[in-house]
Amino acid sequence: MADPVIQVRGLRYTYDDGTAALNGIDFDLYPGETVALLGANGSGKTTFVLHLNGLLHGSDSVMVCGLPVIGANLPEVRRKVGVVFQDSDEQLFMPTVLEDVAFGPLNLGLSPEEATARARKSLEQAGISSALSKSPYHLSAGEKRRVAIAGVLAMTPEILVLDEPTTYLDPPGQRELLSLLRELAQAKILVTHDMQFARAIATRAVFFEKGRIAAEGSVDELVHRFDWKSN
Amino acid sequence: MAAYFILLCSSVILARLPLRAILLRAAVVLPFSATFACVALLSGPPERAIGIPVKSFLSALAVLLVVATTPLPQILRALESLGAPRMVLLVVQFLYRYLFVIFEQAQHMRLAAKCRGGFGGAHRSKFAAAAGVLAVLFRRSYERAEGTHQAMLARGFDGHFRLLTSGRVDGADVVFLTAAVVLPLAFRIGAGL
Repeated sequence: MADPVIQVRGLRYTYDDGTAALNGIDFDLYPGETVALLGANGSGKTTFVLHLNGLLHGSDSVMVCGLPVIGANLPEVRRKVGVVFQDSDEQLFMPTVLEDVAFGPLNLGLSPEEATARARKSLEQAGISSALSKSPYHLSAGEKRRVAIAGVLAMTPEILVLDEPTTYLDPPGQRELLSLLRELAQAKILVTHDMQFARAIATRAVFFEKGRIAAEGSVDELVHRFDWKSN
Repeated sequence: MAAYFILLCSSVILARLPLRAILLRAAVVLPFSATFACVALLSGPPERAIGIPVKSFLSALAVLLVVATTPLPQILRALESLGAPRMVLLVVQFLYRYLFVIFEQAQHMRLAAKCRGGFGGAHRSKFAAAAGVLAVLFRRSYERAEGTHQAMLARGFDGHFRLLTSGRVDGADVVFLTAAVVLPLAFRIGAGL
């Protein structure tokens, strides 16, 4: 088997107020995999994924493509791990869509021309080229999500992390997102409560409980075991 | 002054903007400038006092014309190339972007409070409710700012803003710039003769 692109061993994290959010997480992500992170609100899923590109620092036990997630490696780690946040409004902060998508490439040191070319390509890949010169504020929830994904793709990541990607999306928007994600070759981590979506795309699932991984398996197995159906 | 007014009004019409609405909006500055005009009337010649509201109205008209015809990002970019401090422009840019989001959030909270009978009763309790809403709104805005900062870091932000610069000057810009400089200058010189 190929080396894991993400390797986490014994990760612990406690918030400033003393809440223990992660209590020893062991996790591997292999190339080409799509892993769904399931579990109750507050079980540590989002806290966990924020460790994968160094936005939170627990114990130094997270490796991305062989690189430990520590200060000196953060620029490279953040290029490799693209995070699409739950609330697109937080992610889209530049005045126009093109500028927003080019924000990451410019930070990677690309020239404005190269960054523009890469942004255009990513917008095309995410199927939202038509919004190029619009303000992110004027977009629908589905369009915002696509732009947010384009912004992350423009960093040419090797791993995609999506936090509740189907939130605010109508059924056609969810279908479009599904087909877009299926086309992307990167290894993916999906934090979701949407079991239908998880079933349609995840190759494996893990179940978080009180800051620990309680079980691993297929989505169906975990849904059955933890009675995790929405109706 | 009349010549400047006609020039601005013609520009508003040429830009296909509603002249009446723009004039009314520019008039918002009049109560403020009138106050200063009253003070000036007490301390100096009446022409100067009259000049204050007239000039401020014309300035407001010119500002509205620019804002209504030029997208904010382009205005900010132009200000940057004119040497305005970058940090101030960034704050304006973020303010513009998130004002809508915070406003929307405030609307949602107001609606939610109304649905549960909030903002009713005596003035005192209305005030208390509004103060509570403001506190929550501040908290939420703060959290959003944190979230945005994380999203920026996630895409490699290291504290330095790098922007796409696409300031191209075409024929229409040259014509506009020439007209915008030459006409007011001609009025000024003409008035001085």
